[in-house]
Amino acid sequence: MSYRGMIADIVSFKGFHGATGEAYYARPSGKGPFPGVVLIHHMPGWDDWTMEATRKLAHHGFAAIAPHLYFRHAPGTPDDLAAKARAAGGASDAEVVGDVKGAMDFLRAQSEGNGKVGVMGFCSGGRHTFLAACQLEGVDAAVNCWGGNVVVDDASQLSPLLRPVAPIDLTEGLKAPLLGLFGNDDKNPSPTHVNTLEAKLTSLGKAHEFHRYDGAGHGFFASERPNYRVEQANDGWQKTYAFFHKHLG
Amino acid sequence: MCSYITEKTAIHGSAKGADGWSSVASAQVYFDHPYHVALDHALSIDFMTGDATRKVAVEMSADSARALVASILAALESGAQAHG
Repeated sequence: MSYRGMIADIVSFKGFHGATGEAYYARPSGKGPFPGVVLIHHMPGWDDWTMEATRKLAHHGFAAIAPHLYFRHAPGTPDDLAAKARAAGGASDAEVVGDVKGAMDFLRAQSEGNGKVGVMGFCSGGRHTFLAACQLEGVDAAVNCWGGNVVVDDASQLSPLLRPVAPIDLTEGLKAPLLGLFGNDDKNPSPTHVNTLEAKLTSLGKAHEFHRYDGAGHGFFASERPNYRVEQANDGWQKTYAFFHKHLG
Repeated sequence: MCSYITEKTAIHGSAKGADGWSSVASAQVYFDHPYHVALDHALSIDFMTGDATRKVAVEMSADSARALVASILAALESGAQAHG
């Protein structure tokens, strides 16, 4: 079922430590109730594709919010703020998880929401999705799209302030069912990384559903990039909608 | 995967952006997912002002970046010779 009418706008939300940030919020027209999804952008920032993906979720019946994770570096355009965030080493894990919590709270405060909230992210946002699902209460479902560095091969990638823990070491805390979408030609996460994560989830009895796509590498949903793979992307989106409707409906 | 690997260097120079000319204090260079160019990975350079409030950015393919490096070095060499 698709929802052709929608409302999309920039909204304010309370992020980590109560800071007020901006987010892109798209939802179907009407009173709902609609399940909510927090969409986490990748490291290049709060770009047009992130907003397209947010609207795509709204078109399929979700009240979706994409928080701007670099809002603390304002003023500037989203790519300017991404450059400043990169200069600072990227947003810290604690900050991102706090912002995701704030975006979840926003969704649950809306009259059109049904009280259920999922989290989804791409690339570094996939990693953040896994972190949020392991560390936050109230995540009802999570979709990790090719999040790299969940399995950390080289401990020098960690840093005490920004990224103190390998996400896989937090798996015990995962309470939400997890959908994972991965390309078998990806280097990070590689098929070995994906297998390692799945083995960890299985050993701890965590509900998960992983799909590995042949002929696809990293970021194969990105329709404006050469890595786009139409068949794999269409299948991945369909699996995402079905997973979220099942767990958030 | 988006990497956090960024090479930084101090710059003494100026750059012209949408708001005109301004001093540039640093450049950050990385090979990662771009913001604009239709590539999966691009060599990106952000020339940052001293207060880091503005940037002049370029994104290019890896081959373009290597060609640019060669051109810069060649220009420095030939220019130095010409200017004595």
